[in-house]
Amino acid sequence: MTMPATPPPPPQAHQAPPQPQQHRGAPAGLYASPIPVRTPGLGDAIASEWTKIRSVRSTVWTLGVMIVLLVGIGLLTAFVVSISDAPLDDTPVLSLGFFGVLLGSICVITLGVLTIASEYSTGMIRTTLTACPSRARMLTAKAVVFFLLAFTITTVTTGVVGVLQTAMLDGATPDTGFWVRSTVGVGLYVATLGLLSLAVGALVRHSAGAITVMIAVVLLPLVLAIFMFSPTLARVQQALFEYSIPNQIGSMYNASVTTSGPTGWEPLWIILGVTAVAMAGAFASLDRRDV
Amino acid sequence: MIELDGLTKRFGNKVAVDHLSCRVRPGMVTGFLGPNGAGKSTTMRMMLDLDNPTSGTVRIDGRHYRDLQEPLKHIGALLDAKSMHGGRSAYNNLLCLAQSNRIPASRVSHVLDTVGLSAVARKKSKGFSLGMGQRLGIAAALLGDPEILMFDEPVNGLDPEGIHWIRNLMKALASEGRTIFVSSHLMSEMALTADHLIVIGQGKLLADTSMADFIRENSRSFVRMRSPEQERLRDLLHAEGVVAVESGNGTLEIDGEAPERLGELAGRHGVVLHELSAQRASLEEAFMQMTAGSVEYHAHSDRDGAQPPPVGPHWGDQWNQQKSGGLAGDATKGV
Repeated sequence: MTMPATPPPPPQAHQAPPQPQQHRGAPAGLYASPIPVRTPGLGDAIASEWTKIRSVRSTVWTLGVMIVLLVGIGLLTAFVVSISDAPLDDTPVLSLGFFGVLLGSICVITLGVLTIASEYSTGMIRTTLTACPSRARMLTAKAVVFFLLAFTITTVTTGVVGVLQTAMLDGATPDTGFWVRSTVGVGLYVATLGLLSLAVGALVRHSAGAITVMIAVVLLPLVLAIFMFSPTLARVQQALFEYSIPNQIGSMYNASVTTSGPTGWEPLWIILGVTAVAMAGAFASLDRRDV
Repeated sequence: MIELDGLTKRFGNKVAVDHLSCRVRPGMVTGFLGPNGAGKSTTMRMMLDLDNPTSGTVRIDGRHYRDLQEPLKHIGALLDAKSMHGGRSAYNNLLCLAQSNRIPASRVSHVLDTVGLSAVARKKSKGFSLGMGQRLGIAAALLGDPEILMFDEPVNGLDPEGIHWIRNLMKALASEGRTIFVSSHLMSEMALTADHLIVIGQGKLLADTSMADFIRENSRSFVRMRSPEQERLRDLLHAEGVVAVESGNGTLEIDGEAPERLGELAGRHGVVLHELSAQRASLEEAFMQMTAGSVEYHAHSDRDGAQPPPVGPHWGDQWNQQKSGGLAGDATKGV
């Protein structure tokens, strides 16, 4: 039942397994490839993930739709405000970008989920992990590539929309701090929300399921809060309103519907904390579960 | 060189792979044979660190898979045809793999050329036929020019030309000193390509032997005779001390006699023969007997199948047509 003696293999090769056998200098008879083995790094994994994300249609579609939503809704609201008689008063002009970002964030959520869940639905994940067995490196590379892409697109688009809106309307002149928060800040927030979706995608491993979960995360607190009529639940209702994702994005635009709750840059720290926990969970899941 | 040591995988109560220990050696094609559900794919997935073993270890060139620096340069694997993103072009599917292992992009075009997919390199892989998908998977396996190559059911879905191509490819790769590990549930396929055999059934090792030994031990040759005067023929053979076994359909099977002698004997006594042929029991038959006790998914048939287990239509067709009868008391290797 066990191995019968077979003549050809070099005996040295199968004893002493712990010795890391460098097959470039392998004993005669063993195949030695002319391609050198070098120590790979995160950079190689990032290059690989960049090729992946730029070579599928879903990236173009989700980000394209997001740009259209941000610019379209941003200009539309500015136009509606400009022809109406209602004065803007102390409402900052940049706040008008909020509506577009709220809808556009759905696109980033979708792309975040697809970045990893599509690997499971196509079977690509097996090939990916065969090529890059380190789950941590694979997940980090995906996260870096996705985050930078989503951040760049969102920040540039919100910036362009902000410039156009301030050109179309006369309102209170926004200070630099507000400019940075409503472009770079919102870009960071939306990209982090996308990163949270990526983590959920890694945990759920199913595109439709993970997108549904993320849309529930965005909308459910608001919907629940609306139905909490009971006075005993007033505080819970208040908290759900304040910490719902739409309201947090609103706060970054100084357009919060509540008077209390997170303000300024606080929403960003909250989502960063939540995403860090989710990413840790995603890594643990990738590391332990069978593919 | 791949070493499995006490490899075990449980899914709940079900044991998929049961204390499997064996070695896959360089310079030859090792066939990994077992019926459907025997644990072949699970074993291969554990070798690639896709599934975590319940216990036991796998070593690739003496190291655990996760410790390999650039795994594609050590081991290339074709798991199943659908392991690529269909929305991505063949070229880009391979390019992202190459980049993660610092393989120059020129290798991508090279391997696409090797498998004959250069013309469709920029086409999305979801439009590929099964055979083209299989070729793309093989291109991915060859990408890092690895010393070890692993193919899970590589001939599935290929046309005869493709099957011929992959057989030759595996032999050529092995002759360069590489380790080739190929799984199949078709003994007939293995007989043509493999130099060494590892047979498993229900996750257990059933045989680890060279192909030549397996053939020697398991192939039985006999002579088949058919005559309208069967009773006379039997008496005649009996008188000569030849043991003939009736195998149904009015044919006799005789072990250990040359067809020449039997023909002359019948001729001398004027017995009319409708058939006199030398037969060789198929390796398929031997393989099925070996794994009969461990086949996971039996087809249920109404006929009282005394011996060989129900045979699927694709399982060694040619042999089954040759020998329609059963092999009563066939001396195959014990399970």
